[in-house]
Amino acid sequence: MSEPGDTVSVAARRGPLAMEAISLTKDYRLGRGQALHAVRDVSFSLYRGAVVALVGESGSGKSTVAKLLAGQERPTSGTMRLDGEPADLRTRRAFRRHKSEVQLVFQDPFASLNPVHTVRHHLDRPVRLHQGKRSRAEVAAEVSDLLERVHLTPAEQYLGKYPHELSGGQRQRVSFARALAARPRVLLADEPVSMLDVSIRLEMLALLDELRRDFRLALLYITHDIASARYFADEVLVMYAGEIIERGPAEELTQRPAHPYTQLLVASAPDPDNLGSTLRAGAKHTVRPGVGAADHGCPFHPRCPFADDLCRAEDPVLQPVSGTRSAACWHLDAAAGVVTGGRESEV
Amino acid sequence: MTGGQAGGPMAGPVLDIRGFSVVYRTPACDVRAVHEVSLALNAGEIVGLVGESGSGKSTLAYGACRLLRAPALITGGSVIYQGRRAAGPADILQMGPDDLRKLRWREIAIVFQSAMNALNPVLNVRDQILDAIDAHLRIPRREALDKVRSLLDLVGIPAARLRSYPHELSGGMRQRVMIAMALAADPEVVIMDEPTTALDVVVQRDILAQIIELKERLGFAILFITHDLSLLLELADRIAVMYAGQLMEVGEAGQIQHEPAHPYTRGLLHSFPSLHGPRRDLAGIPGTPPDLRRAAPGCPFLPRCGYGTDACKAIDMRLAHVATAADLSHVTACPFVLPETQDALSAAPVPAEGAREVSGL
Repeated sequence: MSEPGDTVSVAARRGPLAMEAISLTKDYRLGRGQALHAVRDVSFSLYRGAVVALVGESGSGKSTVAKLLAGQERPTSGTMRLDGEPADLRTRRAFRRHKSEVQLVFQDPFASLNPVHTVRHHLDRPVRLHQGKRSRAEVAAEVSDLLERVHLTPAEQYLGKYPHELSGGQRQRVSFARALAARPRVLLADEPVSMLDVSIRLEMLALLDELRRDFRLALLYITHDIASARYFADEVLVMYAGEIIERGPAEELTQRPAHPYTQLLVASAPDPDNLGSTLRAGAKHTVRPGVGAADHGCPFHPRCPFADDLCRAEDPVLQPVSGTRSAACWHLDAAAGVVTGGRESEV
Repeated sequence: MTGGQAGGPMAGPVLDIRGFSVVYRTPACDVRAVHEVSLALNAGEIVGLVGESGSGKSTLAYGACRLLRAPALITGGSVIYQGRRAAGPADILQMGPDDLRKLRWREIAIVFQSAMNALNPVLNVRDQILDAIDAHLRIPRREALDKVRSLLDLVGIPAARLRSYPHELSGGMRQRVMIAMALAADPEVVIMDEPTTALDVVVQRDILAQIIELKERLGFAILFITHDLSLLLELADRIAVMYAGQLMEVGEAGQIQHEPAHPYTRGLLHSFPSLHGPRRDLAGIPGTPPDLRRAAPGCPFLPRCGYGTDACKAIDMRLAHVATAADLSHVTACPFVLPETQDALSAAPVPAEGAREVSGL
């Protein structure tokens, strides 16, 4: 499958194409003729059995992308294709069919479960709605199976519990089980572990990975933590100000970032092994604080060390860096010079 | 490591917490939030306090400043403060209201986690800081205004933002205002409770660099509370690892990183994916933290520990020197497990079943 920037997604090696986003754009009207461009011309594909990570800071539009794919928000322009067919959200019936194919898991397991309902209730409903199972015994068996799949065993012990009786990790497991109850092809996980304690995050990512394998899910992993994307994802997409500014295989992209913003992101992650750390040395300001994205030209130009008149005038599109990588920058050659050696790239 | 003694030689630590315990008293039972914790903070030093949510790290810090309200109850210990300006060592837990008021902000200041909630939404930045100065320092208005300007300059906020309200500032800017306020009275100790947790990594790094710069310039000591061990390894001089209300291990950042002695510390070190360097095997820690309502004797980490034995059920949790460490400052609550080098550690079998490896997905 050809991707923007004439490159191939590494995620395609895992399995067949499940879902495509094609030039998705979402504007929010702010009044007085102003608009917030939350998502701008975003295209990517999800493949069965593969993890694609969408990485960006808060406000970069990554959650809006998830809402668009799940059908919770309608794009201003652009289309989505599910299994080769255009996604249909027009009628209630079509929307429900879309939802049973594309499920969303939220960040906060404390807010996403209903406090007055038991675990059984949370799973019963989607099983009935999406799987069309009729008999009580069939539904009960399916619910127990789901709980076992997310390692809440023995299932009987958890069925009657209310969310407040569960730990954060257990609640997130219930959210996973609820999403799987619809037997989706695509799972959109929006910061699924950031609310959890460090010591259990890894276990939850491992569980997600297991579910990906067992159910052959096409997984979109949305995170602000580029380090977890390195370990967990096949392909990484980096978003800035609503645009995908760099994409490529997880290991390559995180170890040799091409775009100046990705370089900044990688350089900012805590690094225990970094001798002569910029932190301990009391670094000078590397970024102008409070500088937002630009309206014209490249959105990163106000913070970019390579910015020139071209960057201020025109927004670059993704250009191939290699067969599987691309980046949206006018000065990739200059930026490439900075990053060799990894950490000195304090832009 | 304990360098930066900005005010000449000091006798002993600036803040010395000894045998400190806090319970949350409920009708049913006492919740043992902090249990016999001893931790010292030297002048000009950054001590990192790391733990999961509910481990008692914030309760420890706020309790040491007497900022807790019922149902929290301090059940024992002492907190000796000895600053450059103080007449002599004094126990914060024994202080009267007047002494406490003088101590807070002027001697010990706190930067709270959620800057949006900690700032007054109806006061602009200037009035906000003036408020704090008026309450704690008796200086003329003109001088106070100058101080506000220099403080904001110190943390990199342009003078044009003096009249901005909190909602008009970005998260990073708000956190800078909080830091400026904390530094208003030139404190000896600054307690920072997850000051950068809600911020993006790029902004986080920028603010941390600034905090260190200010610390070098002004010479205060920092107690830095966070759940992010990878951050502390880079930032802190010494690190204290807390679990279930007790300290598991205290050592220099390098010791914690390369010779972790406690199984919990090792588990934490293997819990976060690293961005730099080669891919490591990651294991995480199976299980969940214990219920502090039913505090049992012995090691609270035992149910999740891959090295546990029956002896752990009755173990004395007092910190003891790590047997193999040359430096006496490296202490651990686990007498059974000896530190290994990092290389041996990564090759070691993953303790306990349930800890699935995430590497090489």
